[in-house]
Amino acid sequence: MTPANPKVENRIGESLSGSRIIWEALVREGVEVCFGYPGGAIMPAYDAMIEYPIHHVLTRHEQGASHLADGYARASGHVGVCIATSGPGATNLVTGIATAMLDSIPMVCITGQVPSQLIGSDAFQETDITGCTIPVTKHNYLVTKPEQIAPTIREAFYIARSGRPGPVVVDITKDAQQQSCVFEWSEDEIVLPGYRPDYAPLAEQLEEAVELIQSAKRPILFSGHGVLKSQATETLVEFVEKTNIPVACTLLGLGGFPASHPHNLGMMGMHGETWVNKAIQDADLIIAVGMRFDDRVTGNLKTYAQNAKKIHIELDPAEINKNVRVDVPIVGDARTVLKELLPHVDDRDRAEWLAYIDEIKGDSAVRDIKNLPDLGKLYAAHVIHDLYRFTEGKALVVTDVGQHQMWEAQYYKHDYPRKLITSGGLGTMGFALPAAIGAKFAEPGESVWVICGDGGFQMTQAELSTCAQEGIKVNVAIINNGFLGMVRQWQEFFFGGRYVATPLLSPDFVKIADAHGLTGIRVEKRSEVEAAVSKAEATEGTVVIDFRVEQEDAVYPMVPAGANLGDMIERPPKPGTHDHNPIFETGEDE
Amino acid sequence: MSQSVKRTFAVFVEDKPGVLNRVASLFRRRSFNIDSLNVGATHEAGVSRMTIVCDADEDKAKRIEANLYKMVNVLWVDDITHKQSINRVLALIKVNCNREQRDEILKICDVFRARAIDMSPERVTIEITGPQDKVEGLVSVLRPFGILELVQTGTVAMTRGVEKHDLAHPTVPASRTSAA
Repeated sequence: MTPANPKVENRIGESLSGSRIIWEALVREGVEVCFGYPGGAIMPAYDAMIEYPIHHVLTRHEQGASHLADGYARASGHVGVCIATSGPGATNLVTGIATAMLDSIPMVCITGQVPSQLIGSDAFQETDITGCTIPVTKHNYLVTKPEQIAPTIREAFYIARSGRPGPVVVDITKDAQQQSCVFEWSEDEIVLPGYRPDYAPLAEQLEEAVELIQSAKRPILFSGHGVLKSQATETLVEFVEKTNIPVACTLLGLGGFPASHPHNLGMMGMHGETWVNKAIQDADLIIAVGMRFDDRVTGNLKTYAQNAKKIHIELDPAEINKNVRVDVPIVGDARTVLKELLPHVDDRDRAEWLAYIDEIKGDSAVRDIKNLPDLGKLYAAHVIHDLYRFTEGKALVVTDVGQHQMWEAQYYKHDYPRKLITSGGLGTMGFALPAAIGAKFAEPGESVWVICGDGGFQMTQAELSTCAQEGIKVNVAIINNGFLGMVRQWQEFFFGGRYVATPLLSPDFVKIADAHGLTGIRVEKRSEVEAAVSKAEATEGTVVIDFRVEQEDAVYPMVPAGANLGDMIERPPKPGTHDHNPIFETGEDE
Repeated sequence: MSQSVKRTFAVFVEDKPGVLNRVASLFRRRSFNIDSLNVGATHEAGVSRMTIVCDADEDKAKRIEANLYKMVNVLWVDDITHKQSINRVLALIKVNCNREQRDEILKICDVFRARAIDMSPERVTIEITGPQDKVEGLVSVLRPFGILELVQTGTVAMTRGVEKHDLAHPTVPASRTSAA
C-alpha cells in the first residue's frame, strides 16, 4: 500500500531512523489519528511525527490515551492507536489495555523503552511492560532494532484486527528509534505459523444445530458483541424473522439487534428485565451468538437454563464450555454461521411460547419507572429516558460503569450497531469521557453523549482539557447522586445499609466546565431536562450537564451476584419506595 | 463431569524470547496448575518442544488446548494423555553408602536399571531415567539408606510410532466436545 496521503513521499529503500519508520508504518496501516503522551524514551518518535500526516491528540493522562484509542476503535471499527513513554507512561496505559482486552477491541499501543543496553538495570523509567501486559494483551512485542520496527508494527495491526480482536503492545527501545536502517515495507500476506484467527464452521455441527432449532418449542436467541463485530445485524434480523425466535441481548450486544424490533426482548442478566431472564430459565433451546456466558449474564451456573439445549456460535474456541456446557458448539464468525444456517431453518408454530413471554412481560412493564410520574423529583431513569426521547435515539452514547450504565442500557434504546460504547467486561470507571473523545474523532458527524456518574467522571475529568485543547465537542451528562451509586446499592441490599466509603463530595461541575472554558448546566427538576439537552446540542464545544438526581435510587430488577437467574429483586411499585431490604445469601463471590 | 487426571501435553512453540513466560503466564492466569514443564530444542530450527504435565478433567484439557492455541507463538498442541507414548524422567540421587552397603545398593540399581555414576567412601550418586513411578519406586527403596540429595527433571514425552507433526500446516483444534 502506498501512503494514502499524496504528501507522503515513498521512502521505501531509503535509510531512515527507527522513529521515522514507526510513522511510515502507521501511515501505511491507514492511521490518521493517534492518542498519547510524550516522555523521555519515546521522544525520538515524537520528534519524527511532525513530518507525517497523523494527528496526535495529547491527553492528560496515559490512561486517557488508551481509552481514547479504544473509543476510536469501537466507533470506527478500525484499529485504535495510542502512544506513551516507558515506565509510568506505559503502566498508565494498562487499565485501558485490559479494558480493550476484555471487550475484544482492536488496539495497537506503542511504548518507548529505555535503550536496549540499559534493559534490566532498573534504569530511570524502566518497567518490563511486555512482561506486565502478557495477561492483558492479545500479543506483545519488544523491539530492539530498527529493522524490526516495520514488520512488527505490520504484524501488530494484523493480530489486533483479525479473528477475535484485541490490544497489541509494541515496546520499542530508544536506541532502536534513534538508529537508522533501510526502510522496507512488505505487501505480502502475513504468515504467522502459530496464529489461527479464522475458523470455518463444521457441517456436522451446523446440521445438529438446525435439528435443534427446528424441533425447539421454546427457543431464545442471544445476541452478543460478536454480532456487532462480524457485522451480522442484517443476517440476524433475517434469521429471527424467518424463525420467529425471540432475542435477548448482552450489554455489549445492545444495538446488534434493533431494540424496537418486536422480537427483541431486551437485555439479559443481572439487570436484565424480569421477562427476559424468566424466558431464559424456561427456554428449551438457547442459540448463543457471539457471547461468552459472563457471570453477570448467567447468575448461578448450577441452576442456569437447566431445561435448555445450548448452541454456542463463537469465534474463539477457548470460550466453548468455559462457563456453560453447551450441546452444539459452532466455532466460526457469527455472520458466516447465521448465513449457513439460514436456508435450513423455517418458522415453526411458537405462538404459545411468544404469548407466554408477553404475559410475563405485562406485569413487569407497569412497574417500569419510565411509565410513572416523577412526583417532583429527578430520577436518573427519567433523565436517561428523556435523553433518549430528545435525541430521538440517534446519539452515539458512551457510558461509564455503575448504576447509570445499567439505566442507560434499560432506557436508551439502540436500534443501530456501534451507537453504544461501554466498558462491559472490565467495568472500568473513568472510561466514558476519554472513550467518547476517541469516538468523536472517529465519527465527527455524530452527536456524542457521555453518560456517567459523579464518581467515574472525576476519575478522568482531566480529559475535559483535551476537549478544550482539541476543540472537540461531546456532551456530558453526569448522573450526580452524591454516592458511588452501585456500590451504595449493594451496601443497601447486601451489607445491611452500611454506607462505607460511598458518600461522595464532588466539586461544582458547572464551575469545572467553566474553568475549562466549556459550558456547564445544572438540572434539578425533570421539567428542565429538555431545555438542557437542547442547549447542549446547540452549543458549540463540550457541554457538561450536572443532573442532580435522587440520591438513594436503585437499579431494578436485580439478580444478586451468584443467585439464580430467576430470583430477581423486582421494581418497587412506586419510585423511591423501598418496601423491602432484601439480604441474599449468594454463597458465591460476586 | 469427567475425572481429573494427570494430563500430558506436547506443545510445539516458536523458539523466541519470552515464550516460556507466556505459556507459564497462561497456566497461572487461568488457574491451570502445572505439575511439570520441560522445554528444549527440537530437530527443526526455530522450534522448541514443551512437555507439560498438569491435572485436568476432559473439559479443562480442552480449554488448556484451546488457550494454548490462542497464543501467537504456539505452533502445535497435542494432548497425548491417552495416546501410546513414552514418558521419561531423569533423576540424580545421592545416597549414604558405606562399604558394607555398596553391593546391596548396586543390586538395587540393577533391578531398576539405574546406574551409579559417582562414588566416594561414604556415598554414591545414582542416575535413573524412566517413567515417574519407576523413579519414585527407586527413591522409596533407597530412602532407608539416607538420601542426601535428589534432583529430577519433569517428564519429557513422545508418542510411539510415527506421528508426523506438520508444523507448517497445524491442525485446527477440535472444537468438538464430549458433550454432544
